[in-house]
Amino acid sequence: MTSNKKHIWDERNNIKRLLKVFFTICVVLFAADLVVDKQTHMPWEEWPGFYAMYGLVACVVLVLVSKYILRPLMMRDENYYE
Amino acid sequence: MNNFLVPAFIFIFGALFIPLLRGRLKQGYVLLLPLLGLVNFLNIPIGTHFQVDFLHYQLILGEMDRLARIFGIIFHIVSFITILYILNFDNNTEYAAGFCYAGGALGVILAGDLITLFFFWEFLTVSSMFLILARKTRKSTQAAFRYTLIHAVGGLFLLAGIIIHSHETGSLVVSQIGLNGLGSYLIFIGFGVNCAWPLLHSWLVDAYPEATIGGAVFLSAFTTKTAVYALARTFPGETSLIWIGTAMAAFPIFYAVIENDLRRVLAYSLINQVGFMVVGIGIGTELAINGAVAHAFADIIFKGLLFMSVGAVMYRTGKVNATDLGGLYKYMPITCAFCIVGAASISAFPLFSAFISKSLVMSAAAHEGLWVTWFTLLFAAAGVFHHAGIKIPFFTFYGHEGDYGGEVKEAPKNMLAAMGISAFLCIFIGSAPGFLYDLLPYEVEYHPYSYDHVIAQLQLLFFSAMAFTLLLLSGIYPAEMRSLNVDADYIYRKGGKLAFFLLDRSLNSINAFVDRTVAKGMTARLSRFFSLGPGRLALAVIKSLWQMSGIGAVELVESEKRFLEKYKTANFSIGSTAIFALAIVLLFFIL
Repeated sequence: MTSNKKHIWDERNNIKRLLKVFFTICVVLFAADLVVDKQTHMPWEEWPGFYAMYGLVACVVLVLVSKYILRPLMMRDENYYE
Repeated sequence: MNNFLVPAFIFIFGALFIPLLRGRLKQGYVLLLPLLGLVNFLNIPIGTHFQVDFLHYQLILGEMDRLARIFGIIFHIVSFITILYILNFDNNTEYAAGFCYAGGALGVILAGDLITLFFFWEFLTVSSMFLILARKTRKSTQAAFRYTLIHAVGGLFLLAGIIIHSHETGSLVVSQIGLNGLGSYLIFIGFGVNCAWPLLHSWLVDAYPEATIGGAVFLSAFTTKTAVYALARTFPGETSLIWIGTAMAAFPIFYAVIENDLRRVLAYSLINQVGFMVVGIGIGTELAINGAVAHAFADIIFKGLLFMSVGAVMYRTGKVNATDLGGLYKYMPITCAFCIVGAASISAFPLFSAFISKSLVMSAAAHEGLWVTWFTLLFAAAGVFHHAGIKIPFFTFYGHEGDYGGEVKEAPKNMLAAMGISAFLCIFIGSAPGFLYDLLPYEVEYHPYSYDHVIAQLQLLFFSAMAFTLLLLSGIYPAEMRSLNVDADYIYRKGGKLAFFLLDRSLNSINAFVDRTVAKGMTARLSRFFSLGPGRLALAVIKSLWQMSGIGAVELVESEKRFLEKYKTANFSIGSTAIFALAIVLLFFIL
């Protein structure tokens, strides 16, 4: 392989296509949640799309907390301990 | 006579022969050793073996039950895989330290008494230190030093705990101890250090990323999992473990998001995964213990796989920071594929290993109605996908292409083979959970592949991925930065410097004062006193004699000088010595 060769993700259209497929799967999964029979332990597991929303919100919170709270508090220069 | 050997000794004594061998013979030998070890291990029946009398204690080197067996099996498998992975380095230190380290872990899991356990526990720690030292950089040497100190302290807690516990209860048996009495608390903390509990964890994220490429793969498998084993053996159902584990699962993922060194990201996710196991042990039901053990088994393989794939990239490019990497899917497509398998496994995608192990712990938490733990673990499960599942492959193999100064080669064949075996096992365990479930300590009545479970998990993962995608596209996702994030090691890295400074200032200033006044000042004064004191006394007497003889003032000063010179060198004429003697005798009479 040479570095001049076009690779699959060098093509912007491929990335767009991937994103389309990805978002479609998300929608399908959300819809599937409405029809599937659930055996749950916790009451909120029965809410439609509970896991989807939890995953989305959890990760956004995770990134925002890391970026805006943890990083300003904890980040130092690479040679901090030297 | 048994027709099997102590598994730990096969590795430890087997390691002694490695430096004597060369070339293909050595390669064959190091690959055969774990396989022979595994055959031997599987040959050991359930029960108590290898009892040795030592002083007036009975040591048990082979207490085999289902819990020990599953840990032993995975320890042998991962030893083989890691040895295969490091073949191309042909580094005797790595081989020997790796085998001794794995041997120590095998010794711990088969120990029937606490003395044997402690011996192998320390053996494991000391051997592991060499996997960090073998990197031979200044940073790795310093990290190894800190690592050893922390574990020395942990080891002393454990030892003190064992001694007190044995006095309190009269028993050294490795079985349920439970938190009652000082001894048990000390043992608990001693295990906790190796298990990387919050605030006791920083040795792990400090030292593992400084180890050699193969060393990190070894390290990711044994220390923490041996501690998980020890906790499962001695403190099952200890409620405080639920909270410790919950904290472990949650806090490292925040660090992992902003960490630049990818092996350090993996180290944080290691703690996060061990958190699930600790929660399982804390809940203590059969389902939960099964979950903890199954997850340890799965984690050893997929975490090893992730460390191997990042290690292979490091080997080929010399880089390990997210800021320097990216775009490698073009050059290392097979490594990339294996890394994605590892990432899918740790993220618990259906058909991959953690899907069938993590869910046991989640179910156990749900069964017991531990909803705070359940929510936190779910958060951690989404978070681990985010940083280990997406961040590691994305910043290594995709994203902006790093500057590699030309072509990058695919990983060497032996590395690919090792990663291939791990990747196969990840998928095999995930797709056919029965094989792993049959090995677990208790009977399993759990079916991970129900429609609702699969869909729930896929939703969690896909929408976590959606969060990553949206944040990345919108530019909110934190850019990787060359930086260092302060963690609990701040306490001893800066605290150590502060302690050094304070001790330096307080003790050394006393030192300097004593040096000044006693060593230098006092001796000089004493020596002056003894060399000139009597002379001055004599001079005082003789001066008056000179003055009586009517000597001039200038001459008097001259004579005084001459007299003291002569006194110092004891260079007197007989006459003048007689005068001194007379003067002194006179002085005595006067006084």
